[in-house]
Amino acid sequence: MSRLEEYVDVVVVGAGHAGCEAALACARLGMKTIMFTVSVDSIALMPCNPNIGGSSKGHLVREIDALGGEMGKNIDKTFIQSKMLNVSKGPAVHSLRAQADKSDYSRSMRRVLERTENLMIKQMEVAELIVENQVLTGVRTLSGAVYHCKVAILCTGTYLKARCIYGDVSMHTGPNGLQAANYLTDSLVKNGVKMYRFKTGTPARIARKSIDFSKMEEQKGDETIVPFSFTTDPKSIQKEQVSCWLTYTNEKTHEIIRENLDRSPLFSGVIEGTGPRYCPSIEDKVVRFSDKTKHQVFIEPEGIHTDEMYIDGMSSSLPEDVQVRMYHSVPGLENAEIVRNAYAIEYDCIDARQLKLSLEFKAISGLFSAGQFNGSSGYEEAAAQGLIAGINAARKIQGKEAFILDRSEAYIGVLIDDLVTKENLEPYRMMTSRAEYRLLLRQDNADIRLTKKGHEIGLIDDCRYQKLLRKEKEIEQEISRVEKTYIGTRGEIQDFLKSHGSIGLKSSATLAELIRRPELSYEILAEIDPGRPVLSKEVTDQVNILIKYDGYLQRQMRQVEQFRKLEKKEIPETIDYDDVPSLRIEARQKLKLYQPSSIGQASRIAGVSPADISVLLVYIEKERQRKRHE
Amino acid sequence: MRSDTIAAISTAVANSGIGIVRISGDQALSVVDRIYRSKDGKKKISEQPSHTIHYGFIQDGDEMVDEVLVTVMRAPKSYTAEDVVEINCHGGSYSVRRVLDTAIRSGARPAEPGEFTKRAFLNGRIDLSQAEAVIDVIHAKNEFALKSSVSQLKGSVREKIVQHRKLILEQLAFVEAALDDPEHISLDGYAEALKQKVKQLLEQLQELIDSSDNGRILKEGIQTVILGKPNAGKSSLLNALLQEDRAIVTEVAGTTRDVLEETLSLNGILLNLVDTAGIRITEDVVEKIGVERAKEKAEQADLVIYVVDASTEIDANDREVMNVLAEKKVIVLLNKSDLIPVTTTEMIKEVIGKSVPVLTVSAKEQTGLDLLEGQIRKMFYDGKITFNDEIYITNARQKAALTQAKNSLEKVLTSIENEMPEDFYSIDLMDAYSSLGEIIGESVGEDLINEIFSRFCMGK
Repeated sequence: MSRLEEYVDVVVVGAGHAGCEAALACARLGMKTIMFTVSVDSIALMPCNPNIGGSSKGHLVREIDALGGEMGKNIDKTFIQSKMLNVSKGPAVHSLRAQADKSDYSRSMRRVLERTENLMIKQMEVAELIVENQVLTGVRTLSGAVYHCKVAILCTGTYLKARCIYGDVSMHTGPNGLQAANYLTDSLVKNGVKMYRFKTGTPARIARKSIDFSKMEEQKGDETIVPFSFTTDPKSIQKEQVSCWLTYTNEKTHEIIRENLDRSPLFSGVIEGTGPRYCPSIEDKVVRFSDKTKHQVFIEPEGIHTDEMYIDGMSSSLPEDVQVRMYHSVPGLENAEIVRNAYAIEYDCIDARQLKLSLEFKAISGLFSAGQFNGSSGYEEAAAQGLIAGINAARKIQGKEAFILDRSEAYIGVLIDDLVTKENLEPYRMMTSRAEYRLLLRQDNADIRLTKKGHEIGLIDDCRYQKLLRKEKEIEQEISRVEKTYIGTRGEIQDFLKSHGSIGLKSSATLAELIRRPELSYEILAEIDPGRPVLSKEVTDQVNILIKYDGYLQRQMRQVEQFRKLEKKEIPETIDYDDVPSLRIEARQKLKLYQPSSIGQASRIAGVSPADISVLLVYIEKERQRKRHE
Repeated sequence: MRSDTIAAISTAVANSGIGIVRISGDQALSVVDRIYRSKDGKKKISEQPSHTIHYGFIQDGDEMVDEVLVTVMRAPKSYTAEDVVEINCHGGSYSVRRVLDTAIRSGARPAEPGEFTKRAFLNGRIDLSQAEAVIDVIHAKNEFALKSSVSQLKGSVREKIVQHRKLILEQLAFVEAALDDPEHISLDGYAEALKQKVKQLLEQLQELIDSSDNGRILKEGIQTVILGKPNAGKSSLLNALLQEDRAIVTEVAGTTRDVLEETLSLNGILLNLVDTAGIRITEDVVEKIGVERAKEKAEQADLVIYVVDASTEIDANDREVMNVLAEKKVIVLLNKSDLIPVTTTEMIKEVIGKSVPVLTVSAKEQTGLDLLEGQIRKMFYDGKITFNDEIYITNARQKAALTQAKNSLEKVLTSIENEMPEDFYSIDLMDAYSSLGEIIGESVGEDLINEIFSRFCMGK
């Protein structure tokens, strides 16, 4: 029987946050790209929380933007509230979070995709991978059509063999009742891919009109809104914002939950998948933190086109009747009308240690993957991987070497290195504590860190690149000026310092020295700095940070130097660990399993000791010398 | 930040008391500049030509540590192909260790096992054919270092370090949880609380550092077991040894086994005395167990002191134990010489062998103890008792790690005093945590993430 047969460069499976970035990156880099989704109406869907960003996730979005991705621009167009978190802390942990209008977010992203050249969108389930001699050559759809391609990127999110569960109700659907993808897992397993089963959950959605907000605390957005994208003019997005609301669970809520634990599929064993510790269900919180008498609950709008409210902090898989009683026990939710029930979702994902840092499968050439399929959680983590997988898929076709960010360059680097190097037994969430060089990886300097790379890749246009170079130059010149500008000990200087709670000067000091005082800053010193040029806030913020925290930044840079030494030492792909003498058995097994690409990566594998690393270094050098002699 | 210049004791010091401290790396010459003084006080090692030898002194501040000969070998004409300085020490094992210690405090770091050889190879100084041997050396030395750094660590020290790490990890987890979830967890007033905790920790770390000079960190020294039947006078012997005008280094009740440990110094030779449980139990039932314990202890010991009650006859049990000990480094003490002797030196020698030294002492009257001391010294310098030098360098490594941890915590204090935001504490808290981890052989891994999740209810 004859079937449809097509030829493309790239097949992207899935149109969630990973799929969108992957498809856009490939198409923008000139690849003929087709993106499959089980529902075109669900492109860039936010099936869980209605926000983008947050601690460390905000960093990811800024980095995606700095490399030429879409997520930052899209949330700037569709947010309804915005907040910079941790402003009282150091600049490295400032983090942007915006509430999205979910439907606008989805619609807006869909328009971008539709208008992108080289990009086709197709509503169809991909059922099978076509792999010949460990090389991916195409995919087969459920309808039997064959799409021959040079590379494919799997971004299947939570759809693979998905099952939604609450109480004794279990439905074989993806999130939000969408069709699950039930065939691809088998094809992956057939090709030797090792699968895990993970679980996550979402809370109920409640009708706004049934909520008594007078019993809750209002949570407003920031007065001055900072955009996610470096390309968004801050002035263009200052707008009226919606509020979120804070309330708390109480002993009664916890009692209802405890009494019905036996009916929870989590505790009865119906759910097999491993859930995230970061985002526990309310029943999980009550059990694990039994000493806590209350938990925070945030009520957040799903958008401005709907009255549905997201009940943040109370995800659950308890039965429907228990859910109703549980939500009703929370102040302000006594008469809540539940529009959508809370549920847990189980899905297939992979053990990401099967991937290279480029996100290509080690064992199947041309097959890439990104997002929740790789065992991560969160829209931002997914988008970041999607972008990198997309870039590397295109580069593979172009015959260029893979684009890899290391742990000292970006949160994206930390994310991917963790995913492919460590054993993740739960959905992986980005956290600021995972980034060991975070003082350098700030959200405010993502453009300086990454936009040059984005330009080299081809996702950043010349105009944006030139703008960055100007910014860098301005920062450099201004730092040099304040380091050389001496402030005397005149009376007005002493008065000025005194008025800011700062001790007077015995002898002349530079502006830079004063900026380093905790009670002062670049901005405050404007009064005693008449020679100051007119500069954008973007520039002056950098000047302030780079001077104020100079000592810490220097130290971190020295750490990075040490780290890079090991990262630069590559392990040849052809290495035979059985041939390396004196490795401990555990190390040998782990190294064989992970196939690390550098000594640095090898050193991060649990079970590989410093002595094993020494042995490995000597062995590699020996082999190098031997080859040279031949 | 750790410098990349390494130092270690490169020759055996146990037997001769003469040893060489070797320093290699970019900073080798300047490290030695900081601790070396020539006779006229004018010579600088960094200004000396390659392959020259210089007489002088190693100074620790104003204090003279040892009279030395310093050899300068500049890169690339040295063993490692880096700048290398070798310091020949003459003042015995104690001063060799002091010299190493001084070098480490002046900017070198303790070498990893086999690191000189590794550098030599990676810098192309060792022939390819030797590479396999290099790997074996690293492997073997590391196995030993691992064993010694972890198993030689005294139970009580280990416990303290585990506690300190726990405290640091808790602080880290709190800060990090608050940074990740600022809407749930507040850091208000935390800086002051942390300051107090860090100050206490600093004091405790200082105590550990001070004690490391006395070998309290590692069970450094000759592992010595005192065996004997109940009432043979073992305990009074121990007391007598300790009561004499000798440095009592430590007194720790073992945490994992029912063993009492004492370290005492005999004119610079450290004895690590282990008083086994079997001996302290006095019931007859124990006799059989006693023999087995004796065997077991003797296996592990560098030196066995077997105490016999001279006022009673040796019985079958004594004979059995002595037969076992005949193969070991053993000194037999005929105790209770103040009473009428029933058992004589000759009778003992008949059982255990002619070459075994048998000394007549009275623990009660404290006579003959000088003979014991002399005998131990003799056996030590004759090379009959030895122990592995690697312990010295391991101890230096532990001490360096403790100092590193202390420096990191001092930086935390500075951050607090300079009113830095809380997220700046983490970098140094984490450094302190991982430095302490090196001592007990534990890496950081996912500790922090796990601690955060186990203690804080995270996630909106």
